[in-house]
Amino acid sequence: MNKRDFLKDAILFFPAAATLQALAKDAQGAAEPAETPAGYDATKHWYGMGIDVDKCIGCNRCVEACKVENDVPEEPFFFRTWIERYQIHANGETTVECISTRAAPPEQAEPEDPTVVRTFFVPKLCNQCAHPPCVQVCPVGATFQTQDGVVLVDAERCIGCRYCIQACPYGARYLNPKTRTADKCTFCYHRITEGLLPACVEVCPTEARIFGDLKGRADRLVRFHRVNPISVLKPDLNTEPKVLYAKLDGEVR
Amino acid sequence: MSAIPESLHEQLSHQLEQVIGFIYPNEVETQWAILIVVYPYITGIVAGAFILASLVKVFNVVEVQPIYRLALLTALAFMLVAGMPLQLHLGHPLRAYEIFMTPQPTSAMAMFGFVYLWYLLGILLIEIWFEYRQQLVLMARQSRGLMKGVYSALSLFSRDLSPEALAFDKKASKFVTIIGIPSAFLLHGYVGFIFGSVKANPWWGSVLMPIVFLMSAIVSGIAMVMFIYILLSLLRNEKLDMRCLDKIGLFLLVAIIVDFALEALDYIHRLYQSEESIGILTELVSYRLFTSLVVVQLLLGMLLPLLILVLVRSVRFNEELRKLLYFTSSLLLLLGIFSMRWNVVIGGQLYSKSFRGLMAYKMELTGIESLMTALLLLALPFIILTVLFRLLPPRWMDNQVPVAVP
Repeated sequence: MNKRDFLKDAILFFPAAATLQALAKDAQGAAEPAETPAGYDATKHWYGMGIDVDKCIGCNRCVEACKVENDVPEEPFFFRTWIERYQIHANGETTVECISTRAAPPEQAEPEDPTVVRTFFVPKLCNQCAHPPCVQVCPVGATFQTQDGVVLVDAERCIGCRYCIQACPYGARYLNPKTRTADKCTFCYHRITEGLLPACVEVCPTEARIFGDLKGRADRLVRFHRVNPISVLKPDLNTEPKVLYAKLDGEVR
Repeated sequence: MSAIPESLHEQLSHQLEQVIGFIYPNEVETQWAILIVVYPYITGIVAGAFILASLVKVFNVVEVQPIYRLALLTALAFMLVAGMPLQLHLGHPLRAYEIFMTPQPTSAMAMFGFVYLWYLLGILLIEIWFEYRQQLVLMARQSRGLMKGVYSALSLFSRDLSPEALAFDKKASKFVTIIGIPSAFLLHGYVGFIFGSVKANPWWGSVLMPIVFLMSAIVSGIAMVMFIYILLSLLRNEKLDMRCLDKIGLFLLVAIIVDFALEALDYIHRLYQSEESIGILTELVSYRLFTSLVVVQLLLGMLLPLLILVLVRSVRFNEELRKLLYFTSSLLLLLGIFSMRWNVVIGGQLYSKSFRGLMAYKMELTGIESLMTALLLLALPFIILTVLFRLLPPRWMDNQVPVAVP
């Protein structure tokens, strides 16, 4: 190779290599996304949440805590977690209401409806599916599953096409009007990687929510899974949710 | 209070008031609104117009020759607009390039950019160039000043008009058309797959969706070319080629029958299987989509034009009446297919995935995601088409005396 050819190749090589490197870095973005504290090993965990339906009293503190902790817009159209109230009537009919969208809790107890034979509350949140349809459809890889099993959104990368919101069977996603990107429950990823509990679990007065690590041997969640009859939401869709409901009524979808 | 835009708050509050039954709280907002209705509508017209054009080249349907170029330019004009509603709809339009840079292989949407570019650059522009090359060379020769430069550039500075070169043009354009047909199928079938593959939404999730989208695309594309052909003859006071029009009418009739059969099959299948979602879907159709689905899409947009086209074929009407009937049915079909897109896109977001309630959609009149933008986007292809007709007159060659090769 003579000097002239060498220079020509060199001139091409450096910008090309730099471009490729930048692209490779860009493409890799999703692989090592969320900032985690030093010493934290994501491969050692597989997070999930247990919901003890019988224990939920519908106080909405989890919803409030979540909104504050994660800067979720206060308006009643955006929720990372919410509470549904089910009322089973004597004739077999079911009425459902989302009690988290109410502007304020009712000042007086509601008059008892004699036709209601049974009532219960169901907390809902992202199911952190092991096989998440939202991750599958994201055109740019902005939403992804971490090695510890949490589905997150990279707000720097999300283009706001909302395909993931359509693909979620549980209505767990929304477009954050402030960032114009998709948003959802993260299990408070910034807290759990520090060894803390998600905000909703922390504030629950009745311990209706059990956060845990399905890889941990003596974990509370593992025990919860063992001793309770467990259901997940919409199992027919094969999303393999990691939010496990104990004693869930078949009416709940 | 966290501040969300006033208009959004107002829209969502209004939509919340209209909710029937129980919905998940995040479902109040209509995620894909009017612009995403416009998008498959426009893409469908591209695919349909191209398939009509390909009948001439690949299947040698000589009767349709007079609208060959018209159909190609129509496809191009709509194609140039097809990406715009998507771009405008994004929360971060400036990040759209990410779809090309870091596409997610598992995403049905990620390939759209590539399919779109392939179709525009790999098929449509190449086919039009080969079709027009001879004319461009001649126009460059005959014009002066700036236009000479423009036509020379458009012909990519080719000058060869030898019989061999012209024969090659023909061969090449036929070859491109042959690849173009599966590509047009891909372009629109793929749009159907974006919806059909969403398992969370039973109104969308159907294997028939890509093929229903494709057939309705063919209907809308043929109807659009027919509409423009008749409209142009009225504006220019030119005589229509009735043989051509009758032939397009026949293809349109066949396409409607196939489309109707497929859509009917989809509904019958759903009703007969009667899965968990059937209750809420029935309510969706009765309370939210009755006018747009039963009245506009089915009765006005499909059965009425079907009846008209059958009548035109079975009764001997005079030319003027036939023209009027074709014009009417093409307009009705364009309306019907638009309704079909609406019913799929908006309809799929008017019932809760809890299967317990119905949402509402209040269309904004102004703003980005609004009726105004939608109308502008639907008008834009006609403006582009006017420019294209000026630049590349489809009938220019008819008035040329054969030029001796220098």
